[in-house]
Amino acid sequence: MPEHDVLIIGAGLAGQRAALAAAQAGANVAIMSKVHPVRSHSVAAAGGINAAISVDDDWRSHAYDTVKGSDFLGDQDAIEVMCSEAPAEVMELEHMGVTFHRNDKGEMDLRAFGGASMKRTAYVADITGQAMLHVLYEQLMKHHETVARYEEWFTTSLLLDDEGRCAGAIARDVRTGHMEAFRAKNVILACGGAGQAYKPTTNGLIVTGDGIAMAYRAGAPLMDMEMVQYHPTCLVETGILITEGARGEGAHLLNANGERFMEKSAPNKMELASRDVVSRAEQIEINEGRGVGPDKAGIYLDVTVVPRKRTLEALREIVNLGKDFAGVDITREPIMIRPGQHYIMGGVKTDVDGRTPIEGLYAAGEVACVSVHGGNRLGANSLLDTLIFGRRSGEHAAARAASMSMPQADVNTQLRDDSAKLESIINRPHDGRRVSEIKNELGETMNRHAAVFRDETGLQGALQTIERLKEEADKAWIDDRGTVFNQDVLGALELGYMVDCAQTTVVAALERKESRGAQFRTDFPERNDEEWLKHIDISVNADGSPEVSYSPVTITQWQPEERKY
Amino acid sequence: MTEVHDRRAGGTESFKLRMRRYDPESGEAPYWDEHTIELEPHRSVLEAILQARDRFDGSIGIRCSCRQAICGSCGIRVNGEPALACHTHLDAAKLGAKDGVIEIEPMGNMPVIKDLIVDMDAVHWKKIRRVTPWLLAKQPVPEREYIVPKESMVDVTQTMACIQCGACVSDCLAMEVDPGFIGPAALAKAYRFVGDPRDDQQFDRLNDLAQDPQGIFDCTHCFKCVEACPKDVNPMGQIMRLRRIAIGDHHIVDKNNGERHEAAFTGLIRDNGILWEAELLPRSYGGASWFGKFAPAAGKELLSSLPVAFYGLLRRKMTLGGILKPHKIPSADLKNVQAIYDKIESRPERYELNLYIVGEDEAPEPVAASPEGSNS
Repeated sequence: MPEHDVLIIGAGLAGQRAALAAAQAGANVAIMSKVHPVRSHSVAAAGGINAAISVDDDWRSHAYDTVKGSDFLGDQDAIEVMCSEAPAEVMELEHMGVTFHRNDKGEMDLRAFGGASMKRTAYVADITGQAMLHVLYEQLMKHHETVARYEEWFTTSLLLDDEGRCAGAIARDVRTGHMEAFRAKNVILACGGAGQAYKPTTNGLIVTGDGIAMAYRAGAPLMDMEMVQYHPTCLVETGILITEGARGEGAHLLNANGERFMEKSAPNKMELASRDVVSRAEQIEINEGRGVGPDKAGIYLDVTVVPRKRTLEALREIVNLGKDFAGVDITREPIMIRPGQHYIMGGVKTDVDGRTPIEGLYAAGEVACVSVHGGNRLGANSLLDTLIFGRRSGEHAAARAASMSMPQADVNTQLRDDSAKLESIINRPHDGRRVSEIKNELGETMNRHAAVFRDETGLQGALQTIERLKEEADKAWIDDRGTVFNQDVLGALELGYMVDCAQTTVVAALERKESRGAQFRTDFPERNDEEWLKHIDISVNADGSPEVSYSPVTITQWQPEERKY
Repeated sequence: MTEVHDRRAGGTESFKLRMRRYDPESGEAPYWDEHTIELEPHRSVLEAILQARDRFDGSIGIRCSCRQAICGSCGIRVNGEPALACHTHLDAAKLGAKDGVIEIEPMGNMPVIKDLIVDMDAVHWKKIRRVTPWLLAKQPVPEREYIVPKESMVDVTQTMACIQCGACVSDCLAMEVDPGFIGPAALAKAYRFVGDPRDDQQFDRLNDLAQDPQGIFDCTHCFKCVEACPKDVNPMGQIMRLRRIAIGDHHIVDKNNGERHEAAFTGLIRDNGILWEAELLPRSYGGASWFGKFAPAAGKELLSSLPVAFYGLLRRKMTLGGILKPHKIPSADLKNVQAIYDKIESRPERYELNLYIVGEDEAPEPVAASPEGSNS
């Protein structure tokens, strides 16, 4: 049975950063991912990473922008940690080899991004996430002797010992179907968000809330799950993301009358207000009949105002996306976009070292909620979040491992249970619904009722639907009876994870009877600091139902004030 | 304002897919499986495969995630050509099909695990690991960022943009003949470090790749990888740049004779305007002088080539006169060819093509003639 000091589940930016940090601290490290690490969805992060590295900048300014962006729901102690450590972390990545673009002096260049009071986003064209992910994977290849890699292993559950400490995980080798128990002194969840619970979404097909659901089932509380970010610029038809870097480089948003409608809601920052503000403004234009396109369901993003050479050099990926996925040359004509599900601010509740309330269980990146994003994440803060809290989790877990012995949990019962569960899914009679049907209904329900605008009636309806889908998911059938790359059976497990995530999102959205950040309740359109300046935590009851509680927001330097852009 | 071209107007159409399936547990050989799906013509082949999987057969195996050509998971072959499934439109795929049925197969040059899933680790990643794929940073490491020219980072971004999908590996002809060839993806990855001014080991990296018989001189310059790459990484172009830096900047003389062969090639064309194959071999081994023909290495190579030449003659691929008579083009044309050489070689810096450094800001609108005239 494999045994490791630190077992990291998920190999995107947070996971790989955690692995490197833990290995450098001397721990015996393993990193496990259901896909090859470079396929992780961090690869799709385009625009860049925020850090106050300019001599004119100050991390406190970055922190304040983040606090304001979060609509004052972010925990300010955590935001201070993230923003103050950002410059050194970005330099560390530069030294590892990330090919950050330079200015004429040969220093790292910075671009403007939404919600930021100055240019502080370092970037690699518009493939920043890809460049960082691939460079971290270069480092994993370099450190292959100290970091074991389990590539294409799917985690089925977390392992707890008798005292409720996390003691490892059960996983399936996707390639062979072999089930294995992994003992570990510490487990770091770094397996991303749950975007696939929405349809459409910018997130990849692999982003199915595995870590959020596994932690929730193991008893860890989730926090801020109602806070779901809709990105302002997604292609109308497919939901594919057009980077905020486009607006950072100067692109305009126009309604059917050719007006830059952001004047109304953000007269100063215009297109570079925070994402919740821009998405809401777009949705209002669409709802009030000023959308563009045949169904008036879109908004024009006009990149033609950016100098063509600059577009080709710094936004090359979206030039190709426009051409290949919408048939539009963005250097010559505007492209039709709309808001689309993009990111989940909520997740497994952690402290600034990635620790969850379950001893030995850590979480970092989108799976976690520290909370640095609060009600709304600023663009280019997610890559930063993955690195800072990935590294801190790795370091902390390695230190903890050094002072303890391997926990002796009974692994065989759970290994047998998980194997039996998979077998039973494989052998289910074909009398319920297909996994794909249920997944579609879930996604469409969430996108209708738990989106940019929400209300009690819609959310209640969504909750009922989700409860029905949960029962159906437990009986959903599949076709593949094999063991080698049985993606079908893994899809059934992923569906279960997504349903759990969706349920907690809707429960939290119903609970929060105010509008803050990404949560806009048309029946409670105002922010209400008196009653709701607090986090909503959700944990699971013994009968599987969600239990709601609250935790305070940490305020250090910045008192809540009205948010204007 | 220009109306955005709306591609949804046409509605859905039926498309037939013929998919190469393989179940390693069945003990059976691979087989063809057909499905008909309904989608708009500009949707992707991946969406078509996923629809078949969701509606008809959940056991269809394919790796996929992002649906936007950035994660590199869904490399397959469509009508025999390597492609990303998510990056290939159905209408285009149907046009390219020989009988109207879109043919889908796993990538080549890599063992198939199941259906469309190949063993990338056994081939692709093994080759990536061969090129020391991490930065060997110049010391001392600065406190802040390395100060490097703006263009250099834009330049390596082209190879950084490689998504490791394997399409170039799938189609590499040299690798088909010599599976040990390091290959297009890994050599493009090598350029990512060779071209990075922060890397300390440019000479060692190049020397290693030049001396390896399966290194940069094993590429046969067939352009397959250039066509296959969905991200315009231009792997062959990067291999040629590795050669140019190895030869031009570091004067690496490799034991594979790659450097001399290249010199012979360019020399012959400068002299004659056209390649003279019979002279290529002696020059590659013995140098450009008349006596070079008698170099022992040239003789040995010549002897080993005789059977090929013999069969070529036998099948009338060549004639004895064609071999022995020097190839020449008319002298006026030759002058033009040599002018190209002069122009390129007289540049103070080597001319490199890079897709991220392209285009110009559009020329400003012509200024309307001012009635009062203008001083400027």
